[in-house]
Amino acid sequence: MPNELLLEVEDLHVEFRTSDGVATVLNGVDYAVHAGETLAVLGESGSGKSVTAQTVMGILDSPPAVVTGGAVRYRGEDLLTATEERRREVRGGEIAMIFQDALSALNPVFTVGFQIEEQLTVRLGMSKKDARKRAIELLDTVRIPAAARRIREYPHQFSGGMRQRAMIAMSLALDPDLLIADEPTTALDVTVQAQIMDLLAEIQSERQMGLILITHDLAVVAEVADRIAVMYAGRIVEQAEVTELFRSPGHPYTEALMASLPRLDLKGQTLETIKGLPPSLLNIPPGCPFHPRCERAVSRCESERPALRSLGFGRVSACHFADEVVSSRA
Amino acid sequence: MPEPILRVQDLVKYFPVRAGVLFKRTIGHVKAVDGVSFDLMPGETLGVVGESGCGKSTLAQVLMRLEEPTGGLATFEGRDIFALRGAGLRKLRREIQIVLQDPYTSLNPRMTVGDIIGEPFEIHTEVAPKGSRAAKVRDLLDVVGLNPEHINRYPHQFSGGQRQRIGIARALALRPKVIICDEPVSALDVSIQAQVMNLLGELQKEFGLSYVFIAHDLSVVRHLSTRVAVMYLGKIVEMGTEEEIYERPSHPYTQALLSAVPVADPALRGQRQVIRLEGDVPSPLDPPSGCRFRTRCWKAQDICADQEPELIKRTDGHLSACHFAEAKTVVP
Repeated sequence: MPNELLLEVEDLHVEFRTSDGVATVLNGVDYAVHAGETLAVLGESGSGKSVTAQTVMGILDSPPAVVTGGAVRYRGEDLLTATEERRREVRGGEIAMIFQDALSALNPVFTVGFQIEEQLTVRLGMSKKDARKRAIELLDTVRIPAAARRIREYPHQFSGGMRQRAMIAMSLALDPDLLIADEPTTALDVTVQAQIMDLLAEIQSERQMGLILITHDLAVVAEVADRIAVMYAGRIVEQAEVTELFRSPGHPYTEALMASLPRLDLKGQTLETIKGLPPSLLNIPPGCPFHPRCERAVSRCESERPALRSLGFGRVSACHFADEVVSSRA
Repeated sequence: MPEPILRVQDLVKYFPVRAGVLFKRTIGHVKAVDGVSFDLMPGETLGVVGESGCGKSTLAQVLMRLEEPTGGLATFEGRDIFALRGAGLRKLRREIQIVLQDPYTSLNPRMTVGDIIGEPFEIHTEVAPKGSRAAKVRDLLDVVGLNPEHINRYPHQFSGGQRQRIGIARALALRPKVIICDEPVSALDVSIQAQVMNLLGELQKEFGLSYVFIAHDLSVVRHLSTRVAVMYLGKIVEMGTEEEIYERPSHPYTQALLSAVPVADPALRGQRQVIRLEGDVPSPLDPPSGCRFRTRCWKAQDICADQEPELIKRTDGHLSACHFAEAKTVVP
């Protein structure tokens, strides 16, 4: 019996209306997250992984962004049709988000403590004194040493790893059930990255939170995710349980990504490359968006867009030849 | 035994830190590079790894003479790099080139690709007479896998990976013998990163280049390097062949660094021993006495604070700067 379903994103479409034309940034994204589960959303720049998260949070810049279809359901409630007041309640209180660049996500002119306490006093109506106490507890939770002293410091006085910890503390302030982490460790050194990923995993299992981890890093995904959704050109091209996906990818794009990754534990491996470039979102190729770069493409791929279909074992893939792709590795 | 093409001895670069409004006084020095020595052999790739602030990029800047060294010696084919002036320095720049990390800021947006790649010929007119320059630029575009017809385009018309190729073409223009690559693939997406890494490998074979390959990504460095130097707070803490560093690291910092790298194989989850380092890298303004890593090291003893460990051959024959060096396998 799986845990409670927290978030469902269904057939989400988002366009950016720019002076250069209409960019179709999301073309029908579907995913679901349960309590206690880590879903990794993997993709390269421009694949739409962050825009999906921003739509869920209701923090899309509009204009240029316009949601043109689909639904975002949190515990069954459609957030896209909810009132702005309700959205504000959900944002932070039910679903919180942390960002890649903690220095620009934190306000430089307020102390770290103030930024955490603000939520507690405004949203929970805590007194200043209680809020300070709670904020120090939160900084302790994310293992910031000497929290009672450092709470009076400004973001620039924190190191990169400490800032990311402070942001995690802030996201936990209202005790959310779902946390979205958008490239939380991309700007950090590898030893610090390991510390932060540990911390996230620990907090998640303690609180049985749902975690959406947005990343471009296959290795990070392999270490922490339960399930993986691979995005390409504004669509999910494959979704599977993590060991399944790494054992035998079900989409040529996933397969190619893995073959192009230099690995620490493999010596003298030849790197396969993916020819060409990701498509411009102003002009996505017809049929399968990956076909111009795909080794397996045939004429059918140029005209007929493959639907996301189930391959069993909880795996879905949007490729006409998904079965062959999977069996070629098995 | 061939002679090293580039020899660096005890290189030091301090940046003064000044305070005061009217009367600036120096209150300390950031010890960015503090006694680095290595040899680069013809045709080899020396990988330099380390976390932010370890001094690896400053090392590149000093070797290119973009920053003046505080001390030490560097020779290129026997010539003293730091003593060169004027024409001699210009000549050196033909031999050593650099590829920078950020393909978005390292190309002038107002210049066409042809002008960017052809600019080295303006300064070094002896390499290509005026009439032959356009043809040379087209050749270079072709060599790095770009369409020679795009010679009149501007950088913004190219993607990140293509721009990095432009940067590589510019570095190749004067047919250098050594290219210093400062994080050349870290700004690129995975699928593009592999293309650029393969290109660097092919160019090395074709032109017999030697690389100093600076990166923070240990997987990338392993893939391209013949030898690897690991830096921490301005010093090399361990140096050896790719195999020695990745399979038998003996310095605790190298071991911790390698064990922290995530491996793209979920089957290994929970199987690997990960060494977690506590705290942050100390300030290079005031590095710890003795061994600089001792404040985060689980092996630290009194001797580590009193006596700085030398970078000498230890246990299994490669260089390691640790009193308690001991080879250990951390990469599966």
